[in-house]
Amino acid sequence: MSLLQSLKARDRVFDFMAPDASPVDVRHGPILYMEDVTVTFDGFKAINNLNLTIDDGELRCIIGPNGAGKTTMMDIITGKTRPTEGSVWFGSRHNLLNMNEPEIASLGIGRKFQKPTVFEALSVFENLELAMAADKRILPTLTARMTGEIKDRIDEVLQTIGLVSLRYQPAGILSHGQKQWLEIGMLLMQRPRLLLVDEPVAGMTEQEMERTAELLTGLAGKQSVVVVEHDMGFVRSIARKVTVLHQGSVLAEGSMDQVSNDPNVVEVYLGADDEEAA
Amino acid sequence: MMTQVLSKSPLSKPSLSRSSPSSQFWLARPFGERATQIFLGVLLAALLLVTVLHTVVPQGSPLHVNAYTVNLFGKYLSYALLAVAVDLVWGYLGILSLGHGAFFAIGGYAMGMYLMRQIGDRGTYGHPELPDFMVFLSWDSLPWYWQGFDMAWFAFAMVLLAPGLLALVFGFLAFRSRVTGVYLSIITQALTFALMLAFFRNEMSFGGNNGLTDFREILGFNLRSNDTRLGLFLATGVALALSYILCRAIVSSKLGRVCVATRDAEARTRFIGYRVERFQLFVFVVSAMIAGLAGALYVPQVGIINPSEFSPLFSIEIVLWVALGGRATLYGAVIGAILVNYAKTIFTGVMPDAWLFALGAMFVLVTIFLPKGVAGLLRKRRRAATSDNAGTQEAIV
Repeated sequence: MSLLQSLKARDRVFDFMAPDASPVDVRHGPILYMEDVTVTFDGFKAINNLNLTIDDGELRCIIGPNGAGKTTMMDIITGKTRPTEGSVWFGSRHNLLNMNEPEIASLGIGRKFQKPTVFEALSVFENLELAMAADKRILPTLTARMTGEIKDRIDEVLQTIGLVSLRYQPAGILSHGQKQWLEIGMLLMQRPRLLLVDEPVAGMTEQEMERTAELLTGLAGKQSVVVVEHDMGFVRSIARKVTVLHQGSVLAEGSMDQVSNDPNVVEVYLGADDEEAA
Repeated sequence: MMTQVLSKSPLSKPSLSRSSPSSQFWLARPFGERATQIFLGVLLAALLLVTVLHTVVPQGSPLHVNAYTVNLFGKYLSYALLAVAVDLVWGYLGILSLGHGAFFAIGGYAMGMYLMRQIGDRGTYGHPELPDFMVFLSWDSLPWYWQGFDMAWFAFAMVLLAPGLLALVFGFLAFRSRVTGVYLSIITQALTFALMLAFFRNEMSFGGNNGLTDFREILGFNLRSNDTRLGLFLATGVALALSYILCRAIVSSKLGRVCVATRDAEARTRFIGYRVERFQLFVFVVSAMIAGLAGALYVPQVGIINPSEFSPLFSIEIVLWVALGGRATLYGAVIGAILVNYAKTIFTGVMPDAWLFALGAMFVLVTIFLPKGVAGLLRKRRRAATSDNAGTQEAIV
């Protein structure tokens, strides 16, 4: 390599500064490990010695009463909150505790927040276009062209989320449920390995819930999906494996039947709320 | 009804696919848009018509357009250019700039400095280098920042670079600190007010409250001749057309959609990976440069530039033009600027005292009856014509 070229390759001057581009290593099965994680806010332990493993391609539901630490757990995985103790690994190669939010997002962890936010003035198609994994600097964005490949990718996601017929409609006219699906679609455009979905069916109608259940179970296998949800009926309809959180740690883990027969769970969670137990 | 709809259905195809992003080169995209084609066509026809009515039609004829009117139209066009710049940041980026007059005035001063240096030793005091006002204030040499303005290329580059640089520094600080909404509007207002006070001072060497005036020629052409006036009018028209195409190209690119996304949900845009503050800065700087160009074309046509162009009131008035014409359409801004300024010319001629009341009334009426401005009215009519067949098209798909 000529001197000029080596000077130009500035990202290689300090090797430790080069972004870690190695692929996510899931040869051992799990895509996410959380080990002995503790988070303390002013002496209050929001997460207390949490151990959680998510397998590649798995669909996992996380339930637990308010304040059980579900949202804090999501915050740790996406890099928004740093744990006081413990370790969090993505695959067996990437230590998430050494990364910031954009780095974690570009590694393939997508998060859907509770309240759907889509770009209302833009069409459904354009919403997906903007969300797509691409060079997001100014000039590449200015000169970006619509290629057949991109179109196919958007069409594929439109199929998945069932909004093909509404593709040219502004996102502002969509119903609440459709906006949730569009937002999941926007996450899918980034080709995530792991999707974190926070209360996807809050405020949905019965039919919309069914559609969402189909959508999420359809995604599992291609990517890992972690769903945090309060609605027990919905969890029962999609879950293969359920984790119950309580006071910042795992109380029980297993199939829905196993979990709902666990005496501890019945006491702290299901027993606490008659309506959900029924 | 049904047959009528079916017979129209081939027309509705483009109206459906219009929102689909195209695969063309980004600068070529505006030429494929119907609204842009109409706009450019009307502008070109207007430029040609005025030229013909001014040069070919004899002076005595009632159809003759005299030099004064050509000059007036040129002034309107430079205001229209300024309005396009404001609409770019306000309509598409959601930044309500109440200080765009500052960029306009700085572009104007850059041009004014060039025109002052062109006077040479023909000033009242006959100094070979110093403009009259500097001799009057007993300066003995040119301040360093007046150097180079005797060269046209340098001055014309400064017309774009000086406002661009100010926007870059100001925007960098504002957007990096995530100042948006009302706070940003107030800061832009403060910016133009501060500059107005600064330019009023004689020590700034920009002619104090008299500003720069008594220009003689531009690029060797006598500014008082009718042909130069026509040339400036046409140059302004061409600048408007080119800037309009540039703005449309930006707006219809993926970057334009990122801007709209930022306008409507800034945090979300950031979250999907766009460095929002850089996009805001980019568009803000482009807009400031267009405003500077408008100022530079305005100054030789009105023959003076003074600190009153920095006045906050003027910047607010620009926003009124855009609101009146219709925000986020670009052509609406042009319509608004021309309409309001034409009305201003008429009113200040007939009843000078009533002008501000008329402007206020116009704004109130438009807000109540045409919330989307004049452009909203045009759009509504077009949509009414196409909505039926768009509906059937969907049913067929």
